[in-house]
Formats: sequence, C-alpha cells, structure tokens
Amino acid sequence: MTTDSALRAVPARPAERKGSPRRWTPHLWALPPVALLALFFLYPLALVVRQSLRPDTGGTSLKPYADVFASEAFRHALWTTVWLALAATAGCLVLGFLLALVIAFVPFPGAKPVARFIDVYLSFPSFLITLALLFLYGGTGVVGSFQFLTTPWGVLLAEVTYFTPFVMRPLLGAFAQLDTAQLEAAGSLGARAPRIVRQVILPEALPALAAGGSLVLVLCLNEFGIVLFTGAKGVTTLPVLVYGKAILESDYPGACAVAVVNVLISVGLYGLYRVVSRRAGA
Amino acid sequence: MGIRCDSVTVAYDGNVVLDSLDLTVEPGEVMALLGPSGSGKTTALRAVAGFVRPASGRVYLGGEDVTDLPPYRRGIGMVVQSYALFPHLRVDENVAFGLKARRTPRDEIRQRVAEALELTGMAGYARRHPRELSGGQQQRVAIARALAIRPRVLLLDEPLSALDTRLRAGMLAELARLHRELPDVSMLYVTHDQVEALTLADRIAVMDSARLRSCGTPRELYRAPADAFTASFVGGANLVPVTVTADGVSFAGTELKLDTAGAAAGARATLCVRPHLVGLGEGPNRLPGTVREIQWRGATHRLYVEVDGHTMMADVRELKAPPALGDTVDLYFAPDDGVLLPAGVTGDDH
Repeated sequence: MTTDSALRAVPARPAERKGSPRRWTPHLWALPPVALLALFFLYPLALVVRQSLRPDTGGTSLKPYADVFASEAFRHALWTTVWLALAATAGCLVLGFLLALVIAFVPFPGAKPVARFIDVYLSFPSFLITLALLFLYGGTGVVGSFQFLTTPWGVLLAEVTYFTPFVMRPLLGAFAQLDTAQLEAAGSLGARAPRIVRQVILPEALPALAAGGSLVLVLCLNEFGIVLFTGAKGVTTLPVLVYGKAILESDYPGACAVAVVNVLISVGLYGLYRVVSRRAGA
Repeated sequence: MGIRCDSVTVAYDGNVVLDSLDLTVEPGEVMALLGPSGSGKTTALRAVAGFVRPASGRVYLGGEDVTDLPPYRRGIGMVVQSYALFPHLRVDENVAFGLKARRTPRDEIRQRVAEALELTGMAGYARRHPRELSGGQQQRVAIARALAIRPRVLLLDEPLSALDTRLRAGMLAELARLHRELPDVSMLYVTHDQVEALTLADRIAVMDSARLRSCGTPRELYRAPADAFTASFVGGANLVPVTVTADGVSFAGTELKLDTAGAAAGARATLCVRPHLVGLGEGPNRLPGTVREIQWRGATHRLYVEVDGHTMMADVRELKAPPALGDTVDLYFAPDDGVLLPAGVTGDDH
C-alpha cells in the first residue's frame, strides 16, 4: 500500500509545477468574501476613520481626537464604559458558572427545559430585558420607586441579567463533555463537592469561561440598547457618546473619533483574548 | 477489611437493576463480578462505592454499615474503564489528589505518592500529564491514585476493557502481582471477560438479569457449574437436554455413562460438557453427528457438530486433515467430564 501510493504521488508533482489552472481556483474562491468584506465593512470603517481626521474647520488633522481626549465627558464615558463592562463580565462569569453548575450537575426536574430556555434567551433583544426590569424595578414598577435603574448600578444589573446566558451556553457545553467518572473518582478519593468544583470542574471549564467571558466583555463594551433604556439620563458610555455627538450635536468628526477609540478597544481586547487563550492551550 | 452486601436492591424509576444481592467479600479476597452487560454487576459495585443508593438492603465495609455514608467517607479506591484521570493535573498531582482531600501532611503526601507510583511502576512518569501517557500507563496511574489513600477496599470496574489484547494480558499479571503485594486489600472486580475473572479472582460471582446466579471459586464454577447460565458464561459449554438413566443419561437415543450424583432415573436434566473436553473419533460416550461448521483457531479447531438437532462444540487439537462440512463424525467425552445440571435452559443459543 505504502509503496503503491508513493509511486503514484511522484508523477503528480511535475503537473502541479506547470501552474495548471487548478492552482488558482482556491484563490478565486477567496475573492467574493474579500470583496463583500471590503465593500460593506472595511470601506465604511475607513470612511469613519477619514471623517474622524476631518474637523469641521476644514483640512486634515488630529484636532477631533485632541478635542475628544481633552473633554471631561469623553474621559468620564471611557471610564464608565470600561468599569461597567469589566464588572458586568465578572458578574456574568460568577453567576453563569453557579447557574450552569446547578443545571448540569444537580438533578432537578425541569433541568432540560431550563437549559433549552437559555438557547431561546440568547435570541432575545437586549432592550427587552431592560424593559422587563423597568416594569419590575422602575419608577412606577412593581417593586416600587427605587430609581436605581437609571444609575450605573441599574445598567450593571441589566447587563448581568441579559449577558449571563452568554456565559452559560459554552459552560453547559463544556460540562456535558466532562467525564462524570472523574467526578465520581474525586468523590471516592475523599473530595467533597466544593473541592470537586474547584479542582476538577473549574479547571476543565476555564476555556469555556474564557470564551464566554471575552464575548460578554466585548458585547458589554459596545452595548447600546440597555444603556439607552436604563441609564440614559445619568450614564454615558462610549457608544452613547457616539450617538449623542453624531445625532444630538451633529459633531460627526468627534463622534467618529470616539467610535474609532471604541473599535480599537474591542480589537485590542480580542487580540489579548487570542494571546491568552492560546497560552492556556484552548 | 471485607465487603458485605445484605439483600441490596437498586431500582431506577421502578426498574429493578439489582435484585436483593447477598454477597460477602472476605478481607484480602479478590471477588470477580462476572456477567453480561445489563446484568447488574456495575450497579452492585456502584452501590458499594456509594454512587447509587439501594432501595433496600445494607452495605457493610469491614463490619461497619456504610449504606448512609456518602462516597467520600467510605474510604474506597476506585478504578474505572475510562481511567478518569484529571487531565489538567500531572501524574503525581493526580495520585496526591485523594491525600490532599484528606488533609494528609505534606511530607507524608510526597512519600505516599512516591510509594504508590513505585508500586505501579510509574515512578519515572511523575511529572507527565495524563495525555502524554499510553492507555496502559494511564490505568497504572489510576490504580496508583486509588491505592495512595490506602483504601479499605479496591473497586475495579472493567479496568482492562479499554486496553488492547496484549496490554490486557500484561496488566492482568500486574494486578495479580499487586494483590500479592497488598494481601490485606479486598478487591471487587467487575468484568464481562471470563478470562480476567478466572485468572485473577479468588471467587467469582456470576450475575445475570439483575440477580446473582452463582458464586464460588473459579474451579468450582468451571468444573461443577450450578446452572446452565453459569456453565455457558464461564468457559463456554455444550448444554443438551437428557433423561437420567440407571448409570448415566440418555441423549438422542444414545446411552451415556456418567456420574448422575443421585438423580432419580427417568428425571429430565441438562448435560454440560466443556468443548475442550469433547474429543473427535473413538472413545467412551460416543455421539455420531454431522459437521456444520469448522473454525481454525491456530492451536485448535472448533467443530460445530449437529447431534440429533442439537449443536455441540468440540475444541480439538489442530487437525492435519479436518473433516469437510456435512461429513459424519464421532464425538466422545470421558464419563467424569460430563456434569448434570437441573433441566431448563440449554446451550444451543450460546
């Protein structure tokens, strides 16, 4: 078998070297997606970057950036965006891990429908959750007039509520892969539930936690609907700032400058995630 | 430290998967639970380990009633088919896991991990990860991990089933050696492979359809099986319906001589003869039949011979000139190689 296939492999090579049309076919297939990407994504993005370098006063300069960085509103929005995203991600990771643990490992009637509901939940629009929270905690809501929904804490609550299933989905997948014999082996060796969670389940769930966590982090950084619905009065994040500058102040160069900063943060975080996950061996 | 199951019954959703099991494993004894899949043998082991709760009955370890104790307080070592090593921990950390869970002092952990790895021949692999080891090596680590906590009993659930045939033979010898070096540890060994059970066990408990069929030393079960199921599952057997006569049995119109062990003449019974005790050619207790199939197995030929509508198997030494299909041949067996069993299931479908 081996010699036979080796013999057949030899004459195949010169034919390849002659540059038959076959060699170019794979590259041709790459053209449509690249063209689409360029037309609908890269070109508009380039326009945003160009606009951000063209102040209303004319010419090309970094003035919009200088203005934006110098403004108190931008620095405040940047800080609010980052800490809200980080806190929401942390909250989602903790809550999602605990809930996924219960659904996957504590046998209770209805665990399966609950797991399925999470899939449905992922398809809900984010403002729907916020709307529901408004009914519950809002000024005229069921629970009463806490008024805290319009504070950053309200945004945090809404984001944790909405994004937790995004952490649970990959976690439930990872837990389903886990060999239950490992949990039993750990039990027979004398480990109680907390130690089993810490030393057996958690290490194997790390790649799923990293995947879910980084997804939530990026989504939170760019979240618009939730912030608009809850904290619009008092809470300004970068996307809301872009919206305000572009629509309310008609300051397009400023809006574009903020948008570019937002994109850079997202891309940077994504790069960081790739580096970290590669090092973790995921 | 022994194991005792006292009419242990386990049911899932009303399905009885283990029906009032009575079983005693003496301290230091190796007991094999042998049976086909679905016979309840793994459930019995899981009941001893504490992973399933009996619907009724009690489980004792070393005289102590552990029925209500969770697995982590039973002090058992467990080895399973899939090894169940912790993939993110190194070999030595895997072995130390149980000791850490028991808050053993650090110096003692180091010493006992080294001991356990030495015992299983894995001392040179302490700093590897499980994925860098072969299946046989991973199973050794799993055994070392189970032994490191100095368990009262060692439970093995099909430990060799994931290994290939050659490795399995080696590991079997290894387990036998381990048992010699740890004479105080009782072992409960679940398997569907009769060779493993016959090789390793002091006694074998044969299970079928959630029930214990028979229990005895390998020799007892092999030479004098108590029922047809045990006979065919342990070692394979020819089982044919016979009628007891004054000094033997009558089968297919032929008088066969054998010890009837006091069975009343005229009673119906099942004759059990091991295939390797059946000869081809002239001899006592002759049975003429037609060759239906021949399998060459290297050192032996297996003949399937139809005798009066019943298929009898004969394992004979490799034949220079094997008979052709359809030939008429004579089978025979020595009078003391036939065992009479209660009438009932015959072996035609085994």
